[in-house]
Amino acid sequence: MTQITPIRPPGASESRLHDHALNDIRFIRQTMERAGVFTAVPGWGQVVVGGTALAAAFFASRETTPALWLAVWSVEALAAALIGVAAMAHKARMAEVPLLSPSGRRFTLTFSLPLVAAAILTVALFRAGLYGLLPGMWLVLYGTAFVSGGAFSVPVVRAMGYCFMAIGVVALFVSHEWGNALMALSFGLGHIVFGLVIARKYGG
Amino acid sequence: MARSIALNRRRAERGLESVPGDAERSALSLDRVIHERTRLGIVSALAVNSALSFSELKALLRTTDGNLSVHARKLETAEYVTCTKSFEGRVPRTQFRLTPAGRRALERYLNHMEALIRVTRAR
Repeated sequence: MTQITPIRPPGASESRLHDHALNDIRFIRQTMERAGVFTAVPGWGQVVVGGTALAAAFFASRETTPALWLAVWSVEALAAALIGVAAMAHKARMAEVPLLSPSGRRFTLTFSLPLVAAAILTVALFRAGLYGLLPGMWLVLYGTAFVSGGAFSVPVVRAMGYCFMAIGVVALFVSHEWGNALMALSFGLGHIVFGLVIARKYGG
Repeated sequence: MARSIALNRRRAERGLESVPGDAERSALSLDRVIHERTRLGIVSALAVNSALSFSELKALLRTTDGNLSVHARKLETAEYVTCTKSFEGRVPRTQFRLTPAGRRALERYLNHMEALIRVTRAR
């Protein structure tokens, strides 16, 4: 009786199927994570932040001492950060993607480092009495955060970053009395306009 | 072509959920429409976004214009995605969205892959 030898050893096709299935699932997950970054920047959250920034600009312009002026904007920065994180979490939940996917973490890191630099420079410049430079420095670094973080997101996020940077450059070279107005224009109106665009085009 | 895709989709929708103990056969009954890499990528990306433009999908999947449009059209024929063309100023803009059928197809595909893994591991 002739012996039949299978060309493929038994189980080989199964392990191939197994690998293929695992590979496919991994591919789907990676694509979703990369695509999920598109939703990471919350449009409606930005509209709210724009509103609070307009209020902050109004109150800051009425303060008479630099310390109180800085206090108003510091509270605003904190509020904006809280609103931003809450809106990001909400948007991630709506889209049913994890908030801290590998790409989400990368976005958060590149986005937050320029802001950490801004916080450190704020203390240093204020101690040196150079508070007139603060609006320009904040805007340039905040814009940088969006441009660098935006590398993982949709083009409109980078465009917003460049706008903030441009207004920041203007703020650095005009009289510091323009600081509040330029921040109302960028942190206020800029957030609202770009926030609406993002919310309309990229689902919230 | 269009007919065979539609037929394939209906066949997939009839619920050829994997039969335990028959991994090989269940692999053959896979939804061929989204089995292909680029098409699977398009469907996965659209599953986490309400809409994506042609250029966004192209950048995301790191593919070419030709490749993306061929595969997007197959998904459109199978009614897994919808495609709307509009103009932004003078620039044409193509937006893709996942249909409910497309979402179900992706879920089915994922279930299928999980079942395959379970079956092959159990042996």
